[in-house]
Amino acid sequence: MIDQDFTDSILAKFSSVTKRHHEDCLTLDCDSFSVKDVLLHLRDEETFDLLVDLTAIDHGEHADSRFSVVIHLYSRIHHDYLRVHSICENNEHPSFPSVSDLYPAANWHEREAFDMFGIRFNDHPNLKRILMWDDYPYYPLRKDFPLAGIETPLPADDVAEVTQASVDPAPMMGGPFVSGTGDNMSEAEPRAKDESWTEDTEKPVL
Amino acid sequence: MSTETIEVNVGDAVSRGADATAKAESGKMALNVGPSHPTTHGVLRLMMDLDGDVITRCEPVLGYLHRGDEKIAENMTYNQFVPYTDRLDYLSPLANNVAYAIAVEKLTGLELPERCEAIRVLVCELARVSSHLLGMGVFGMDAGAWTPFMYTFTEREKLYTLFEELTGARFTTSYTRIGGVARDIPDGWLDRVSHFCDNLPKAIDEVEKLLTRNRIFIDRTEGIGQVSQEDAIAYGFTGPNLRASGVDLDLRKDKPYSGYEKYDFDVPIGTRGDCYDRYLVRIEEVRQSLRIIKQVISDFPSGLWYAEDAKKIFAPPKEKILTSMEELIQNFMIVTEGPQIPAGEVYFEAENPKGALGFYIVSKGGGVPYRLKIRAPSFCNLSILEKMVPGHMLSDITVILGSLDFVMGECDR
Repeated sequence: MIDQDFTDSILAKFSSVTKRHHEDCLTLDCDSFSVKDVLLHLRDEETFDLLVDLTAIDHGEHADSRFSVVIHLYSRIHHDYLRVHSICENNEHPSFPSVSDLYPAANWHEREAFDMFGIRFNDHPNLKRILMWDDYPYYPLRKDFPLAGIETPLPADDVAEVTQASVDPAPMMGGPFVSGTGDNMSEAEPRAKDESWTEDTEKPVL
Repeated sequence: MSTETIEVNVGDAVSRGADATAKAESGKMALNVGPSHPTTHGVLRLMMDLDGDVITRCEPVLGYLHRGDEKIAENMTYNQFVPYTDRLDYLSPLANNVAYAIAVEKLTGLELPERCEAIRVLVCELARVSSHLLGMGVFGMDAGAWTPFMYTFTEREKLYTLFEELTGARFTTSYTRIGGVARDIPDGWLDRVSHFCDNLPKAIDEVEKLLTRNRIFIDRTEGIGQVSQEDAIAYGFTGPNLRASGVDLDLRKDKPYSGYEKYDFDVPIGTRGDCYDRYLVRIEEVRQSLRIIKQVISDFPSGLWYAEDAKKIFAPPKEKILTSMEELIQNFMIVTEGPQIPAGEVYFEAENPKGALGFYIVSKGGGVPYRLKIRAPSFCNLSILEKMVPGHMLSDITVILGSLDFVMGECDR
C-alpha cells in the first residue's frame, strides 16, 4: 500500500503537485506543464508502469477551468492505484500534452478524449476521432451537447444524396425520468430530460 | 406517422473500398476487413496493406457499435444504468453488473453481508466460465477446428439455463442493485450449479483432447501474435491476455474485492505471450474458476442478500411497499430520484473474463453521476494491433483476433 512517506516524497520533489482529498486511492493535482515529468518519475522510479485509464471531465460551460484530464495508474508492486488530476489550458480550445510516448496505452484513450471532449493532445502521433466518424462536427460528452443528439449529415455522402437522410436526434419523449443534482426542490424534482415535445405537442420538424 | 419505402442502390463494396486502395503504397495491396466480417467477432474494421501474403500495415477502425453509454449514464439514476452494463461485455453480463455495483457501493461506503458477496463471487465465476467457454470455442473455429465449439457451446447453454433460473434472463441479466442483488438464489439452485461443475471438466478434457496437442492447431497458434511482457504492460493489456505474456497480475489476488481473499485458487501465467499461451491460460482459468465455485458452494453463508443500510437507496420489501405508508413514500423517492449518493469520486476495477473492467464515477451528490467513465478491457487490449499485426501473414489475422477474445459492445460502448 502507498504510505505517507511515498506521498511526501512526491510532494517534495514536485512543487507543482498537490494532494487532493480522496476516498479510494492517492489523488494528486498537477498542472499540465509538469504532468509528463511527474508521470515519468512515477513510471520509472515508483513502479507505476501500468496506465489503466485516461479520461477527461467537463466541469460545465461556466466553470473557470472547464476541462480536466484524469489519469489512473496502477503499480504491481504497491498493488494500488494512483490518480492524477490535471487541468487543461484554454477553455475554448482545450489542449494537453500527450503522454502516449511514455505510456503507449494512452494513445487510444487520448483519441477518445479528443473525440468526446475536443481536447487536443499536443504531439499525439495520430490524433483523430476513434468512436465517432471522422467528419463528425460535435463533441458528444461535453455538458452542452444534448442527450438526444444533434442532427448531422449522414457519413456516407452517396447514400445521403439518394435518400436525403441525415442522422437525427433520438426521440426522447417521456424519459429518462430523472432528478437533477440541484440544491432546491424545484431543480432536483424528477422530470423527463427532453420536454420539447410530449403526447400533446408534435415533435418539432427538423 | 406514415412510412415510405424507397429502394437505394449505393454501389458495391469494392467501389466503397476504392479510396483505401488508392492510399496503399505502390506495389502493395490494400485490404479492408469488416466491419461486418466473421473474423472480427462483431463490428471491428481493419484496414491493412499487404505485400503478397504479409501484412505491412494494420489500422483498426472502431466505433461501429458506439451507443454513447457514458452520456446516457450521466442522465440516469444509478440503478437505471444496471441494464446498460449488461450490454458492455455481453458475453459476461453478470460480471459487469457486479463490477458496476461495487464501484457505486465504494462511493457510498456500503458494507455488504457475506451472503451477498458470496452470491456475487459465484455469479462472477460462472460468467467467467461461460465467457471463456465461448472464447475457446470460437478460437478453435478461427483456427479451423469446428468440433470444440460444439462441446463448449453445449456446456455454455447449460450455464445459461442456470442464469435464467437465477435472474429471469439468459443474456441480459441485470442482476445486481446498488447495495445487493435483485433476488436471492432459488431453491435447489446451488445443487444444480454443483452438478454442472462436476460435469464440466469432462467437456473441457474433450476440448483439450481436440485442441491442446493437435498438430494443426499448434502450428497455427504457436509463436503467432507474440506480445512481450514489456509491450503487454505498456499497451495496457489486462486479464488473460496480460497473464499469457508472463505478467502475474490478477486483481482477484492483488486487490481482492467481494471476498475473493477467502478462496484458494491459482493464477495461470503464460511464458511466451503467443496465441497458444492465451488459449492455455483460458483453459486453466476455467478449471480454477470451478475450484472457486466449489469453495463458495461448500461454505455458503446464510443471512441477507442485500445490505441492511442500503434500504434507503435500494428498495423496501415489496409487501411493505403495498401495506405501509412510510415504505411507499420511500419507494417512490428511490424510483423517481434514484439512490442518493454522496459527492466524491471513485475508481474501481474488477477482474472480468476479458480483463480489468473499470468504472470511474464522479458524483456531485444526488441520484445521477456527474461523469461515468467505463474503462473497457477490450478497448485497451485491441490498441496493440497496430504494432503487433504487421509482419504476420494474412491467414494469421483470424487466429490473432480470436486469441485476444474481445467484445465490441464493450470496446465501443
